[in-house]
Amino acid sequence: MPTIIYEQPDGIRRRVDAPEGIDLMLAAKRNGVRGIEADCGGACACATCHVYVGDGFPLPEPEPEEQAMLAEVAAERLPQSRLACQITITSALDGLVLRIPARQF
Amino acid sequence: MRDGMLILGASHAGVLLAATLRENGWEEPITIVGEEPSPPYQRPPLSKGLIAGEVEPEDLALRSFGFFRDAEISLELGSAAVAVDPAGREVTLSDGRRLRYGCLALATGATARPAPFEGADLDGVAVLRTLSDALMLRERIAAAGEVVIVGAGYIGLELSAGLAALGGRHVTVVDCGRRILARAASATLATFVAERHRHAGTRLILGARIARLNGAGGRVTDVELADGSRIAADLVVLAIGVRRNDHLARVAGLACDDGVLVNRAGRTSDPRIVALGDCAVRHSRFADGALVRLECVQNAQDGARAAAAGLTGKPVGMEPTPWFWSDQLGLRLQTAGLTSGVDRTVQRGSREQGRFSLWHFAGPRLRAVETVNAPAEHLVARKLLQAGCPISPAEAADTRIDLGARFLRREMALSAP
Ligand SMILES: Cc1cc2nc3c(=O)[nH]c(=O)nc-3n(C[C@H](O)[C@H](O)[C@H](O)COP(=O)(O)OP(=O)(O)OC[C@H]3O[C@@H](n4cnc5c(N)ncnc54)[C@H](O)[C@@H]3O)c2cc1C
Ligand code: FES
Repeated sequence: MPTIIYEQPDGIRRRVDAPEGIDLMLAAKRNGVRGIEADCGGACACATCHVYVGDGFPLPEPEPEEQAMLAEVAAERLPQSRLACQITITSALDGLVLRIPARQF
Repeated sequence: MRDGMLILGASHAGVLLAATLRENGWEEPITIVGEEPSPPYQRPPLSKGLIAGEVEPEDLALRSFGFFRDAEISLELGSAAVAVDPAGREVTLSDGRRLRYGCLALATGATARPAPFEGADLDGVAVLRTLSDALMLRERIAAAGEVVIVGAGYIGLELSAGLAALGGRHVTVVDCGRRILARAASATLATFVAERHRHAGTRLILGARIARLNGAGGRVTDVELADGSRIAADLVVLAIGVRRNDHLARVAGLACDDGVLVNRAGRTSDPRIVALGDCAVRHSRFADGALVRLECVQNAQDGARAAAAGLTGKPVGMEPTPWFWSDQLGLRLQTAGLTSGVDRTVQRGSREQGRFSLWHFAGPRLRAVETVNAPAEHLVARKLLQAGCPISPAEAADTRIDLGARFLRREMALSAP
């Protein structure tokens, strides 16, 4: 199983072994990683699963809808900003680091 | 053992309350009692992806077992609370056990409303509230040819949309209202959505009261309307709304109205008891202070966060904009705010392109916004409502104005130090 690393704003890291095929939000939620609220459960309706993705991994480009929603996230939007529910886990993401923003509302 | 937090109801509200209490540093024991035997799961997909076969029950878990174990939250699943004794601080379970509590949370949600007509106990008549309802329904659907859904609310329509996508069946939706979504959407949105359902091949029979369900040999055969006409059916799904589960609270003597009465922090009339989610009712600043009981995930989650904050001495925060979503026939429908008291509506965007929003005003004030396939605009609307932004109907309707840039980022710029 690929390992995803979730990093809190204070730098504390949590490694989660996540099955391929589920998304980065679900892997966090199921394991109780804090700071990823995901109010809509992955319906791309809430933008409270905002994360900053680490460099060097082959991530698909955001769809226009995700792109537009990223303009409205609560914390600062950076070039690395993504919605965790819109990225499916594959073996190529093994070791990916996701930084969690300080706020989702 | 110390008497810790006892939570009744292991769904969206109860589980997030437990998780947030731990995040906030609550160190006392936490126990969640849940009547349903299945591990806590997400309810919205039951009428969406699960019926369509796109997701399976194991995809719906709200949290993993490892999470509950690590957070030391004990789950008592498959047993219901049958009585609450506030004086003795004790809850009795259906199996006779008694649990003491220091604090109690009522997160008992709602249950499918029983049918007000005869025949609902026939074989082939189903409801859709729980995972086991949904799994049973999925099996029934596989063998059904003539499906009648009673109730044109969001759940009935999501179901009919799922059935239309599966194909191969006649689907009829019957409702006593003159239009669909009479309770939860504006007439303009309802007209648009109804058109899509008809286009998908679903028959909508509106303004029709059900007289009874008829059967033969114990199995449902047809739905009889008050005018005597009959609609053949081998599967009838009752989607006629819910009944709030506030019975325990009433018997225990807690103040209730249309649900357990709570304040912003979920506090009931007993200082040791909070209530949250579908079973609770409170005054809302989004309804001019009127009492509202909402039935949506956002309300369950906000209730959980507010109650957890109140119980751990953290700031509870202002009531956030209520909102919910529905997915049907490829339409992402979202409503921000509450539509009561609305007297003027403007449209933004194009209905023909299937991507637009309806901006509802009460006097000069923006009150609610319904969006269709425009989730980013929904987020902007939520923030505008949250801040009580003085946007005018003309500005809302003008697509040349970037609303986020004009109202939100400017406000942020102004409020920056
Ligand atoms: C099919 C369906 C689709 C939906 N889709 C959406 C959607 O798209 N968007 C949206 O915002 N909302 C949607 N909702 C509404 C949303 O699911 C509810 O608002 C939410 O589940 C409320 O959470 P809750 O925890 O308050 O109550 P519930 O989810 O009702 O959970 C209450 C739990 O308490 C248990 N319980 C009750 N009494 C007792 C007792 N005495 N002892 C122990 N346990 C008890 C029940 O068995 C239940 O498991 C949908 C609901 C359904 C049924
Ligand atoms: S979980 Fe709601 S947008 Fe990702």
